[in-house]
Amino acid sequence: MKRSNEPIFWSLFGAGGMLAALIGPALVFITGIAVPLGFIFAADTMSYSHMLAFSHHWLGKIVVLAVIALFMWHAAHRIHILLHDFGVHAVTTVRVLCYGGAFVGTVIAAYTLLTLKP
Amino acid sequence: MADTEKIIEIQVLRYRPEQDKEPVLQSYKVPFTDDMSVLQGLQYIKDYLDGTVSFRWSCRMAICGSCGMMIDGKPKLSCKTFLREYYPQGLKVEALAHLPIERDLVVGVEDFVTKLESIKPYIIPKEKRTLEQGEYLQTPQQRDMYEQFSSCINCMLCYAACPQYGLNPSFTGPGVLALMHRYNADSRDGGQAERLNSLGHADEGFWGCTAVGYCSEVCPKGVDPANAINQNKMNSAINYFTRFVTPGEADK
Repeated sequence: MKRSNEPIFWSLFGAGGMLAALIGPALVFITGIAVPLGFIFAADTMSYSHMLAFSHHWLGKIVVLAVIALFMWHAAHRIHILLHDFGVHAVTTVRVLCYGGAFVGTVIAAYTLLTLKP
Repeated sequence: MADTEKIIEIQVLRYRPEQDKEPVLQSYKVPFTDDMSVLQGLQYIKDYLDGTVSFRWSCRMAICGSCGMMIDGKPKLSCKTFLREYYPQGLKVEALAHLPIERDLVVGVEDFVTKLESIKPYIIPKEKRTLEQGEYLQTPQQRDMYEQFSSCINCMLCYAACPQYGLNPSFTGPGVLALMHRYNADSRDGGQAERLNSLGHADEGFWGCTAVGYCSEVCPKGVDPANAINQNKMNSAINYFTRFVTPGEADK
């Protein structure tokens, strides 16, 4: 039987899921609770200039891209198979919308990070 | 009799191809005691109320895998499910979901058996040994790799539970995929590449699964097909990306 191309999407899904499980809650805590309330971190930790500087460093670019892109690929795959299980069988449309959305999001994030002005 | 006799209503899905256009429910009032299984309830119906009711059974002790049916909408072995759990509201028994009904509670097993045969569900020796060389040895750790998956009794409850199989019968399904893993994970077996390349790596194989996990929940023998499939997805994905740099794997 024909070999499935699913490993490509499943690997992105798996990587995104692993990342979401490992750092998702920590990110919500830091960006949504700790920094705005000013404990543990200084209140200006996430100021525009700090975030811009973070995104200018090559390591920062990788972290931001990984979080944005992999989270999106994870969500795309999850929504795709969930719709399938619930009986939405417009397979091509669903795939194009889910994976296409994640692809476009990845490209926009990568382009923005690479062409970041000071 | 120690128990005072109670009466429970059992609704049975009937389908007699020679007279029914489509399956219909028929209700029976069955006297029962607390130690009676749903299977015994059906046997009471067949012996005393209506001899035309058809269902499969054999061992009465969750070993043969013959008496699987939908009991109040859930796939269960009728020998392992007790009438008392459904008293006083009564219960509904139907043929296993997703499988073609042959008659009443009897479903067709051809698709399952064909799929089971296709995975070569037997050990393909890694190396030929002569009698003088003795038996194939295995450590307890090596046995642990496959033991739980060898508990499958082919009852097909997981097929009735799997929404993916219900939507697309070309999907190999949980039970047979768990059995494929059972042989692939056996240290004495050398048929792994053959089984994976002919089916495992395909959409009809491990990749058809959408990770719902209901198969593992309904298994009466504690087999975890969802786990077997997930392990194989990981291995299949690694193989997908590394086959081009692995000698002899690129053309597969």
